[in-house]
Amino acid sequence: MTEVVHGDTALTPLSAQAVSTPMAHSGSGVARADYATIGGWVAHDAHVLDLGCGDGELLAFLAAQRRASGYGIEIADAGVLACVRNGINVIQSDLERGLAGFDDAAFDVVILSQTLQAMRRIEAIVGEMLRVGREAIVTFPNFGHWTHRLQILRGRMPVSTSLPYQWYDTPNIHLCTVADFDAFLAERRYKVLDRVILSRGRPVGFAPNLTGELAIYRFRR
Amino acid sequence: MPSFTDTTASADAPAVVARSVGPVLPQIAHFDAPLPLACGRTLPQYDLAYETYGTLDGTRSNAVLICHALNASHHVAGFYADAPDDIGWWDNMVGPGKPLDTERYFVVGMNNLGSCFGSTGPLSINPATGEPWGSEFPIVTVEDWVDAQAQLADRLGIRQWAAVMGGSLGGMQALDWAIRYPSRIRNALVIAAAPNLSAENIAFNEIARQAIMTDPEYHDGNFGAHGVKPRRGLRVARMIGHITYLSDEQMEAKFGRQLRDGLNFSFAPEFQIESYLRYQGEKFAEYYDANTYLRVTKALDYFDPATREGGDLARALAPATCRFLVVSFTTDWRFPASRSREIVKALVRKRRDVSYAEIAAPHGHDAFLLDNAQYHAVVRAWFERMAGELEVAAAEAGVSATSANALSA
Repeated sequence: MTEVVHGDTALTPLSAQAVSTPMAHSGSGVARADYATIGGWVAHDAHVLDLGCGDGELLAFLAAQRRASGYGIEIADAGVLACVRNGINVIQSDLERGLAGFDDAAFDVVILSQTLQAMRRIEAIVGEMLRVGREAIVTFPNFGHWTHRLQILRGRMPVSTSLPYQWYDTPNIHLCTVADFDAFLAERRYKVLDRVILSRGRPVGFAPNLTGELAIYRFRR
Repeated sequence: MPSFTDTTASADAPAVVARSVGPVLPQIAHFDAPLPLACGRTLPQYDLAYETYGTLDGTRSNAVLICHALNASHHVAGFYADAPDDIGWWDNMVGPGKPLDTERYFVVGMNNLGSCFGSTGPLSINPATGEPWGSEFPIVTVEDWVDAQAQLADRLGIRQWAAVMGGSLGGMQALDWAIRYPSRIRNALVIAAAPNLSAENIAFNEIARQAIMTDPEYHDGNFGAHGVKPRRGLRVARMIGHITYLSDEQMEAKFGRQLRDGLNFSFAPEFQIESYLRYQGEKFAEYYDANTYLRVTKALDYFDPATREGGDLARALAPATCRFLVVSFTTDWRFPASRSREIVKALVRKRRDVSYAEIAAPHGHDAFLLDNAQYHAVVRAWFERMAGELEVAAAEAGVSATSANALSA
């Protein structure tokens, strides 16, 4: 009889749990546009906390690419169940209640991927991310994209691939532009380590606040 | 939230048709080697009553231990051929096609020491006197129970449990396995549990004990010698316990202020809740032993692994290497979700593999025994994922589970 799985102290790399089970995510196989960028910023063997982790696809991606360990936080029953199926460590919790279950500087990176704009208390959660993690990675749809501006000029609320909701059914309550988020970080003297603005999955160099669809930031205190 | 609810997972009922494990037979394992207890005394010899469901595979790697809570037993699933209504207490969880699928896992239910359902306890004969132990039976702890469970595991040839699973006090036993026998457990399912009892919880237990011990028929625990039973005390103890297992919400929905037969200006049961509690108390007093009740509540009160590490639960959990599934229920006020979160926090601090599900259920503490689609789906998913580990274990043992089965068949 051989003992299975046990390291003495180390958390099982997520990959060991995740590879055996194909992801149940409906977009399986097609990692989201921001994943590759995030993957490039996460160090090998990093300890990661993914806020609003859904079915755990990003954590599985980071485990496969970076041998990352860690946990996802998810409020929805379906997401929690999917994570368990996928062998991803998941903790069912409401992010709006903060991260009281986690110690200061417990993680190398805390990620908030396309969830910021749906949260009520932005300052609180960003503060919590930088408390429990040495670095934070935040991604959000850029409200400043020219198609959004054009729709507002025409007198309508923007609807686009990055903001696919109507004004009356959107979960997004705190939309911001790249310039807004730059100012938000600067006012709090948070140090931006990296910033990539994507359009159709590719980084944009020129006038990112006008041409970028998805903003990805890495920052610290 | 955008993008994240985009998942095919749901808690819908599975396609598999779940059924009962069918008629089962309790078994007794006798142990002659003395068992040292936490209190300093030693049980010179003892019996452990148990039941098993499913088939132990050739590599003995698919065994799951179910730990029972306060008043349950080794009868986890199925029924007795001569008593078809005597259905196992976790029959909705354990069986072919059920969340813990006995087609895949070998499941063991064991009655704890000090109980009154077949394992050695106050009703058993003390070999030193030839009389029933009665009040002389030692106060046993969760750790003693787990040590006894380990003895049974050895007897069954189970070196390492695929999982140890329990609700409430049973969850405490799963925690203790993870801490004190880390090499013998690959998964711990800790459901509706707590890292220790709160003062309020100990208070409820003390009221229950006082109800029993102040019953004139208690006779300092030697009621057996007097040919009586402290039924009144047991009834009140059970009534108090029952209140704490339900939620206010559920009690309101089930009973409200319903009357049986109007108000009669008497102290006979008038409200439905009164007659329900009396019925539960009566039933319990008939089948349960008062000395067992006193001891089981003490085991609950004493359990506190953090005390061994100066109150630091994370340090207490540091030896654990298994994966944890921690589950709580939103309306459980006996072991509230916040207590489960303490366990999760301590495990996260030690970077252990842990998942935590907080199940929205109206039923209070009892929810862990009841049907709930999300709860059962999460447990089912956990055991389905574990199936991959079984293959790894079999491969490491140098033989595939199927061929081993063929050999042992």
